[in-house]
Amino acid sequence: MTTSGDKTITIALMDPPYESGTTTTALRIVDAALRKGINVNVFAYEGAVNMTMKAQAPHPNPVKGTSIEEQDHPSTARFIAGLFELSQSGPALDWINCGLCVDERGAGDWIEGPRRGGPGDLFKMSQASTNTLIIGTR
Amino acid sequence: MADYLLVESRDPFEYADTSYFYQMAEDLCKAGNNVTFFLVQNGVIMARKGISNDAIARLQSAAPAVKILADDFSLRERAITADKLADGVASSDVDALVDMLAVPGVKAVWH
Repeated sequence: MTTSGDKTITIALMDPPYESGTTTTALRIVDAALRKGINVNVFAYEGAVNMTMKAQAPHPNPVKGTSIEEQDHPSTARFIAGLFELSQSGPALDWINCGLCVDERGAGDWIEGPRRGGPGDLFKMSQASTNTLIIGTR
Repeated sequence: MADYLLVESRDPFEYADTSYFYQMAEDLCKAGNNVTFFLVQNGVIMARKGISNDAIARLQSAAPAVKILADDFSLRERAITADKLADGVASSDVDALVDMLAVPGVKAVWH
């Protein structure tokens, strides 16, 4: 593990939850960076603003016959809450949900941690970062 | 000369536009840049040995200096074990990807 507290990575994420492997990869990147001591900014826009919805509910798996508890469905909100927990003891995680995208989707009820912003914040984050990775859907 | 980190998450069997990304890696390399081509998600499908119409082999042949890496998590998910990995592709991981991202000046492009 490297410790790089002076470094910051910004990631722009557009994918909605549960649609592509990109969500998992992006969260893995955030996790790896935080564990290395690198600060992370996330700018979630379009469908990605749904990732932090507080009311995301786990479900059983009727195909396998497993209950909610047995299935232990990993929601994106739970993943991201875990990332915020990780950032409590080390590098910072700043997660901005695009307000325009949130309003369009009625997706404003989040877990603790994310804040509301706009496209201008992505520019500011990028300017203040070591590097920026823009992950588009198409 | 610049350092490029190209992240390919798509496979050519599903997306025809992947050929442009492979071509960009080749062109950037031929223009004298350092290029790392990082395969992730379905992008790693091209890292399986024995694929016909092999974009990886073509890239290696056209621009041997391009460093081709494949995310081990994505490889495991798709049952691509070490003995099934195409020649010239090295298994890597998201930790390594983050290390590359954390280098100032590296130009990272996701596809």
